[in-house]
Amino acid sequence: MVITPYLTLGAILFCIGLYGALSKKNAVIVLLSIELMLNASNLNLIAFARFGANPSLTGQIFSLFTITIAAAEVAVGIAILIMLFRNKGTADVNEMDSLKESQQQRPM
Amino acid sequence: MLGNLAEFFGKGSNIAFFIFALFAIGGAVFMISFNRVVQMVTAMAFTFLSLAGLYVLLEAEFVAFVQVLIYAGAVTILMIFGIVMTRHDREEEVPRRPLHSVLLGLGSLALFVVIYIAIRQTAFPQGTFEAGEDNTLELGQLIFNQYVIPFELMSVLLTVAFIGAIILAKREED
Repeated sequence: MVITPYLTLGAILFCIGLYGALSKKNAVIVLLSIELMLNASNLNLIAFARFGANPSLTGQIFSLFTITIAAAEVAVGIAILIMLFRNKGTADVNEMDSLKESQQQRPM
Repeated sequence: MLGNLAEFFGKGSNIAFFIFALFAIGGAVFMISFNRVVQMVTAMAFTFLSLAGLYVLLEAEFVAFVQVLIYAGAVTILMIFGIVMTRHDREEEVPRRPLHSVLLGLGSLALFVVIYIAIRQTAFPQGTFEAGEDNTLELGQLIFNQYVIPFELMSVLLTVAFIGAIILAKREED
């Protein structure tokens, strides 16, 4: 077994996650796609920890830290989503444009 | 070609890799193509579980169980909570900008092709991996000796993040 299939699988998952994060409208699904990309990078880390030039447990520890960060990110992300939903009444990423300047004020 | 295939499927770990990879990609693709949000999250949980299987294949048992606990358990449930707490249309309507999504698909595909070519052209030197007696024991020794400061920083970060999440999601009393 070599490392190439794992890296290819990671690339496939990352590209699917990228597509989902950029094309979906529901903000929960966008967060989920970001999780998919994080998982793809985790797979790469663990594959290199097993088949890399210098195999050791360091890659696994790194991926544990990544998983922790991802969990914190999801918690804060869901909290922000609930807050936004309470204030604006939508979970659609297309309508989360408070920072965008409105059409009338745009300098010509 | 067929000989290669027969050789590939001759080994048990290759078959396991094939099945898990198929489930992982299938879950991700279904996540993209389903219309109902809960079905998307379920497909994603499938992907997370098969990635845990792949981690077992890579002899990272502890990370595999952490993956099951954190991703397939906690993150999926949190996502379902997020769906329940935010009202949404049951059906995700068809995208109004077809050109946009076609270009997006092409871009993602191009990114994959670039990464794939890079992977094919790189020679990955392979070191010898000696599997330890107890994966969890060795990970624990490494974390509590060499990586103890990142570990403690991580606990501080988790505390800060969860307190922040609670304060953000708390309903104001006024």
